[in-house]
Amino acid sequence: MTEFPQNAILVVVEARASGELEQAAAGLFGAAAGAGTPVALVLAAPGAGKAAAAEAASLGAVRVLIAETPDPAVLGVPGVDALASAAEQVQPDAILLSHSLDGRDLAGRYAARTRTAVCVDAVGVSRDEEGVVANHSVYGGAYNVTSTATFGPPVITIRQGAVEARAEAQPETSETLSVTPSGKPAARIDSFDEETAVATRPELRGAAKVVAGGRGLASKEQFALVEQLADTLGAAVGASRAAVDAGYIPHAHQVGQTGVSVSSQLYIALGISGAIQHRAGMQTAKTIVAVNKDADAPIFEIADFGVVGDVFKVVPQLISALEARKK
Amino acid sequence: MKIVVLVKEVPDTYGDRKLSLETGLADRDASEIVIDEICERALELALAYADANQGTDVVVLSLAPDGATATIRKGLAMGAGSAIHICDEALRGADLGLTAETLAAAIRRAGFDLVVAGNASTDGSGGMMPAMVAELLDVPLVSGLSSVEINEGGVSGTRVVESGVQQVSASLPAVISITEALPGPRFPNFKGIMAAKKKPLETLNLADLGVTADDPDTARSIMLAVAEKPPRAAGVKIVDEGDAGEKLANFLIENRLA
Ligand SMILES: Cc1cc2nc3c(=O)[nH]c(=O)nc-3n(C[C@H](O)[C@H](O)[C@H](O)COP(=O)(O)OP(=O)(O)OC[C@H]3O[C@@H](n4cnc5c(N)ncnc54)[C@H](O)[C@@H]3O)c2cc1C
Repeated sequence: MTEFPQNAILVVVEARASGELEQAAAGLFGAAAGAGTPVALVLAAPGAGKAAAAEAASLGAVRVLIAETPDPAVLGVPGVDALASAAEQVQPDAILLSHSLDGRDLAGRYAARTRTAVCVDAVGVSRDEEGVVANHSVYGGAYNVTSTATFGPPVITIRQGAVEARAEAQPETSETLSVTPSGKPAARIDSFDEETAVATRPELRGAAKVVAGGRGLASKEQFALVEQLADTLGAAVGASRAAVDAGYIPHAHQVGQTGVSVSSQLYIALGISGAIQHRAGMQTAKTIVAVNKDADAPIFEIADFGVVGDVFKVVPQLISALEARKK
Repeated sequence: MKIVVLVKEVPDTYGDRKLSLETGLADRDASEIVIDEICERALELALAYADANQGTDVVVLSLAPDGATATIRKGLAMGAGSAIHICDEALRGADLGLTAETLAAAIRRAGFDLVVAGNASTDGSGGMMPAMVAELLDVPLVSGLSSVEINEGGVSGTRVVESGVQQVSASLPAVISITEALPGPRFPNFKGIMAAKKKPLETLNLADLGVTADDPDTARSIMLAVAEKPPRAAGVKIVDEGDAGEKLANFLIENRLA
């Protein structure tokens, strides 16, 4: 076995049940390539490792370690065991994971087990004279913060969709990682419904354009207007928490402090008041447009183009104006 | 059944939250300090189980500065049976690792069947504490539950991940974390508020727990720099006179956004 690169950044990526890598993988390798040499640890179901390794190489991994979970129904622990073995072999300068639910669990358990420092929810990584540092955007984007570990490789989780950089594809060099199971108690996955619906719209995370609707849409049926405008613009669909709570759309579409943070080129807020917790998730968008009946709605304080008006009048007119230009 | 609920104090998200540009720590005087909403939901879950199952012991556990007594009392007023407050100057600016070690030590000392936490705090948005605590306690972790079923020997529920929806379960003792899909909290009533004054509230420091804050063998995360971003300015605002849709279309096209 050849040596691992001196400045290795260990990127941990999970393959979905279908075999493809998680969505955040490209951004993780992009971030790693900017701070060192990306080496991948691929966590996959039995038989899926080889295909996942090829994808990891195409996204920038110079070396790939494959860990196929012996029992995919065991939640979390096999991944931590694999990460512990991989980190010991690679001796990386930093470990990068997605700030997804599974990524956070893996990072947290590994850090606690090995007494390694964690830097969470980073929007980027870089290197100074002493090592790898993480950049964060905190309190709803009001502050920029830099953090690192006092010593040793920091474990860094990266906010999904935050890194635009991509790494160059590499020829595949992969090997199977041997893992000693820790036998730690774990939860079990009793059943799983994979989201198979073919996405016709862009994903909210990392989308270039987002059209979001709030309580002002007033019903699930009328929320379709948000989807119509999104389709006209080729945009992803977002929502306020009030719209999610009212059942107009599933939680995965919630933008804000306790939902997704977006930094799109365009963000259109329809019937959204612009509560501070909502703004926390979208105020770093390049251009913000708002349509709201209430001239005093806080969303207007940050809108580049604000329309005081009824969404049910303004938006249909906007859609037909845009459709007319397309012809 | 003994349920320990992790409760965190945070700056109220309805106010302007400030970081000290000198220390990088939250400026606690700049905003109202409240129980994080997600922790109130976690407590509600435990209390709802206790309502239906006699003999359930609900303990509120918080690591917070000494001013936190009011928020901890709120947990007691909602219905928790007792509370533990970990408070020590050496914990000022504690990173996730030190916080997890300290919480785990207190949970082990108190004894538990189930630990309930929120999935992520609104201030740090780390969302890693439940995993770290589970690892240190050597018990299963079931994170990000959007529905929860607790019974004598185990816990199960629904977990939404990026690629789909899992049904998961674990035997007790275990650590779980919940999402904001779970019901909001009950309000403390007058009786609860009066009763809270008599309930046990134990205050512990690091020495009580045998935790060392500055162990030279343990890596910690540190803040190197902090800077404030200038607030965003408002642009054009028009009132619809029947043609705002047209005007908005022009704006989008002129700016190459459509
Ligand atoms: C801890 C915590 C976390 C939170 N996290 C989030 C989060 O992540 N994301 C989030 O969005 N919220 C979050 N919230 C909730 C937040 O405080 C607001 O309640 C929520 O954002 C309001 O959603 P809204 O703007 O759709 O509804 P409302 O505030 O009710 O606003 C509806 C708006 O629609 C307008 N309107 C009504 N009819 C029309 C019409 N026909 N045409 C045009 N305009 C119309 C009204 O003028 C109003 O401004 C959080 C709250 C807390 C306490």
